[in-house]
Amino acid sequence: MAEKKVATKKDTEPKIGVYVCHCGSNIAGTVDVPQVVEFAKGLPAVAIAREYKFMCSDPGQSMIKDDIKQLGLNRVVVASCSPLLHEPTFRHAIQEAGLNPYLFEMANIREHCSWTTEDHGEATEKAKALVSAAVKRIYLHQPLEVREVPVNPNTLIVGGGIAGIQAALEIADAGHKVYLVEKDPSIGGHMIQFDKTFPTLDCSACILTPKMTSAGSHPNIELMTYSEVEEIAGFIGSFKAKIRKKAKFVDESKCNGCGVCIEKCPWKADSEFDLGLSQRKAIYTPFPQAVPNIPVIDKESCAYFLKGKCRACEKFCEREAIDFEQQDKIVEIDVGNIIITTGYDPFDPTPIIKYGYGKFPNVVTGLEFERICNSVGPTGGKIVLKDGSEPKSIAIIHCVGSRDENYHKYCSRVCCMYALKYSHLIKEKTKADVYQMYIDMRCFGKGYEEFYQRLSDEGVTFIRGKPAEVTDRAISEEEKGKLIVVGEDSLLGTVIRVPVDMVILCIALEARADAKNVAQLFSISQGADAFFIERHPKLDPVATMTDGVFIAGCCQGPKDIPDTVAQASAAAARVLALISKGKVELEATVAVIDEEKCSGCRICNLLCPYNAIDFIEEEEVSRINDALCKGCGTCVAACPSAAITHKHFTTEEIMAEIEGVLV
Amino acid sequence: MNFEPKIVGFCCNWCSYRGADLAGTARMKCSPNVRIIRVMCSGRVEPTFVVKAFELGADGVLVLGCHAGDCHYSEGNYKTMRRMPLLKKMLAQMGIEEERVRLDWVSASEGDRFVSIVDDMTAKVRALGPFKNNSKEAKHG
Amino acid sequence: MAKLKLALYWASSCGGCEIAQLQIGDKILKLAEVADIVFWPVAIDAKYKDVEAMPEKSIDVCLFNGAIRTSEQEHMAKMLREKSKVLIAYGACAYGGGIPGLGNMFNRELIFERAYLETPSTDNKEKVLPQTKCKVPEGELTLPEFYDTVKTLGQTVDIDYVIPGCPPEARTTWLALEALIEGKLPPKGTVITHNAKAVCDDCPKKRDVKKVKKFYRTFEIMPDPEICLLEQGLLCAGIATRGGCEAPCPQANMPCTGCYGPVDGVIDQGAHFLSAVASVIDSNDPDEIQRIIDGIYDPVGTFYRYSLPDSLLRRAKIK
Repeated sequence: MAEKKVATKKDTEPKIGVYVCHCGSNIAGTVDVPQVVEFAKGLPAVAIAREYKFMCSDPGQSMIKDDIKQLGLNRVVVASCSPLLHEPTFRHAIQEAGLNPYLFEMANIREHCSWTTEDHGEATEKAKALVSAAVKRIYLHQPLEVREVPVNPNTLIVGGGIAGIQAALEIADAGHKVYLVEKDPSIGGHMIQFDKTFPTLDCSACILTPKMTSAGSHPNIELMTYSEVEEIAGFIGSFKAKIRKKAKFVDESKCNGCGVCIEKCPWKADSEFDLGLSQRKAIYTPFPQAVPNIPVIDKESCAYFLKGKCRACEKFCEREAIDFEQQDKIVEIDVGNIIITTGYDPFDPTPIIKYGYGKFPNVVTGLEFERICNSVGPTGGKIVLKDGSEPKSIAIIHCVGSRDENYHKYCSRVCCMYALKYSHLIKEKTKADVYQMYIDMRCFGKGYEEFYQRLSDEGVTFIRGKPAEVTDRAISEEEKGKLIVVGEDSLLGTVIRVPVDMVILCIALEARADAKNVAQLFSISQGADAFFIERHPKLDPVATMTDGVFIAGCCQGPKDIPDTVAQASAAAARVLALISKGKVELEATVAVIDEEKCSGCRICNLLCPYNAIDFIEEEEVSRINDALCKGCGTCVAACPSAAITHKHFTTEEIMAEIEGVLV
Repeated sequence: MNFEPKIVGFCCNWCSYRGADLAGTARMKCSPNVRIIRVMCSGRVEPTFVVKAFELGADGVLVLGCHAGDCHYSEGNYKTMRRMPLLKKMLAQMGIEEERVRLDWVSASEGDRFVSIVDDMTAKVRALGPFKNNSKEAKHG
Repeated sequence: MAKLKLALYWASSCGGCEIAQLQIGDKILKLAEVADIVFWPVAIDAKYKDVEAMPEKSIDVCLFNGAIRTSEQEHMAKMLREKSKVLIAYGACAYGGGIPGLGNMFNRELIFERAYLETPSTDNKEKVLPQTKCKVPEGELTLPEFYDTVKTLGQTVDIDYVIPGCPPEARTTWLALEALIEGKLPPKGTVITHNAKAVCDDCPKKRDVKKVKKFYRTFEIMPDPEICLLEQGLLCAGIATRGGCEAPCPQANMPCTGCYGPVDGVIDQGAHFLSAVASVIDSNDPDEIQRIIDGIYDPVGTFYRYSLPDSLLRRAKIK
């Protein structure tokens, strides 16, 4: 500010040129343009006012540029169409003539005036008011600088499921460094737990493990498994992330993944990967094809950590990779962009008491059934009941936790299809009768309807209606010893009782339990359903409200594998575009806090949707990170001390504009 | 002579200003009484602007933002949704009629809605008559 | 060196400012060493004609408290302006209109009706209202005219400085007097306080981010003394009020009511206070927002308690 005062008055004294456009007859047909020009000439600081047929044309722009040069204009008002149409055109023109592009103002006398007003006199009066407002406002305009910041070409990807792996490979293959952070000991996510994928029935592991291996060995990908992001600072182009690498108690640099330690470990715990349907050792990799193939010691089940004795793994490890003293490590990394691919949680159906999950051993969730079907799963791929016998009939209940007022209103989008897949797998492996109990069959994807048709011919019984309960209370001889699914066949309008041996619950996909923490950590928003919100539901489905933070996969909403992969690739493309551009422009019309006036009341702190306002504890003032600020002005309007200024939309400028329109 | 009210309109850049533009592009006719001031977000509209407009002789103030959930800045319009009712409660105490201040929501595709809000408000304020500027009277004791 | 000539006057006020002037304690002796009080109706018998007789600018400093409600107060303001080198608006009433300024929610007619006819304790069978002129057998009696609208001192005459507060804290009074005594006067127009930032800057309570689900009146809750009162739903004006008072009200667990006026750059204290308060309402649901707002019983009295005449609208519109 100080230097502006030093500059001579002659330089800074506003000298305004006003240009009124005819827009052919679009404006001039209704507005008396010469009258507006005369009016403009009489406004304070207006050095010249002119009219022209088409201001946006080359001669029109030249007229402005010549006047800037010859008359020394330092501010330009164009009264023509909407600024949303031609503001960039004229800003560019005055910039070419050596003026700062922010020393420009547009009066919208076409859309807001000539086109909406019938009476010529009224239209002319309104045009004058709008010109007067623009002149009064531009008088106070200050030049603004558009700042560019470089983009660090490294990318942080959070979550090593299919979405994270896909995005990582795309970026890494393009030659840029990726940090892929995964909280579990291996990447792979939910997809690696699945047996087959619909509608093609590819083996899930068969198509995923090559990608996992590529990600694990890619020279541009630094895998950080068993790790979590603890802190994010900075903004697009230059984020700083703190990653906690949890102690594995195995030295990654020494371990060659031979597996002897696992073999020799005498202690067991429930396998997370098999959802507790099988057991794993205290030192373990979640599954045989884990990437990286380095085991971790689970302190909760390791006898050495619990009782101070054992160390069997250490004795047998020839490479001396076991390190009981290992501590969590905090690693700091610098990245330019972040992709969040944290996936989903499977809905826990226990609260839906009527379906008996947890009460009846043969009521299982879809994800459990995936493991049961899988050849390396707890049953070696045999579809069997808890007692080891083969089921003669299986009911598949759709929409468990989805499309349900009490749980999630949304459709989880994948259940119909995986339910159909189960029918096929059951028919392939057993002779069981299969009952699909659905509300609506939603088979919207490529090849999905065909898959449905095909399954319909495989002897599957479809019953429309959401079952009321699963019970073991038999009312007939036939039902004894069975699970009876009770409900209504809404196509027939009759109450039905279907005795089966096994019930599969098609559980909803829900936002991760810790999604809120993740949202806060990365300054992104959650919707009412707790999934992360994209910047625009249709036109910007991978960006978030925070620049440089992208989302892909089920963390944004339930979706199938093809959609997840597409979204992950889209996020990668967005990141690559930013990397190849190498720099980003920051918003110039941002808000700034005058710390000399800020009392640290913290009214503004929570108002910023971009978390751009930090409270500096030591100085007891709030400060806006101008790289994060998008210039909405919401905090400015709230500040009780008028300590926040919205550049280009200052309180004084808007007050002047109010005065102007009220001429 | 018939009284024609002067109404100051605040439109957010992303939804309502575009809605107003669309009314023009579609050549819909509407009352010329509302003069629009563009702000980036309805959340920028300070209650001070509204009282300032009245002080300067406006007969009404119209604030238009994006519909709930559609804010370009995700939730700026919710702040407006909190401020304007409290401001209106205060202005009601000050004897300013309810119809002189209006907060409403117009999307970029709702040119017709923009026109109907502007026409409706203009008619109501016209019926109320001019807002007598008390501050000028106050200067004379 | 000649002693300073000091005048003190009260217009539409409660007398609290006079007490506050004495609150400077033994510093008054120091003041007496350097200044003579030439006019002080509350303590010294002097007539208006004595002031009239004084030459122009013969008073060095006049501390003028109270708002301008009547023709007599307006007359005295103009006269003291003429006679004083430095005219200081002392206290919230002279500065922003103060509590008497809330009279701008009504007009003369409504106030007279209430005061002289409607109050239960009034016995006024003839329905006599104050008249500026009244004939009695002995001649004509006059009363000052009671205006419709209360004005600030600054709206009546040109003022040099402001000492804010209802009443001003002793430290603030002394800060100004000391500057006067030492001749180190700040630029004209300065509101003299120890802190140009808002009261929050003075306030020792712990402040966090703000989200308010319900507003309370002071008698409705017992606030946690450690935590910001606004965060607890009390309408504390500290956020929108100039500091320097050392936040005595919040420190006594009572919300600030805004007596030191706005901080520099704020055009309308009430509108800013209102905007800040509304902004932290913790709801995005219009009905719930309305319910929360319903908990603010008297917005004008809350947000403009001391500044209504100095606000952009100045007064209510009376139908």
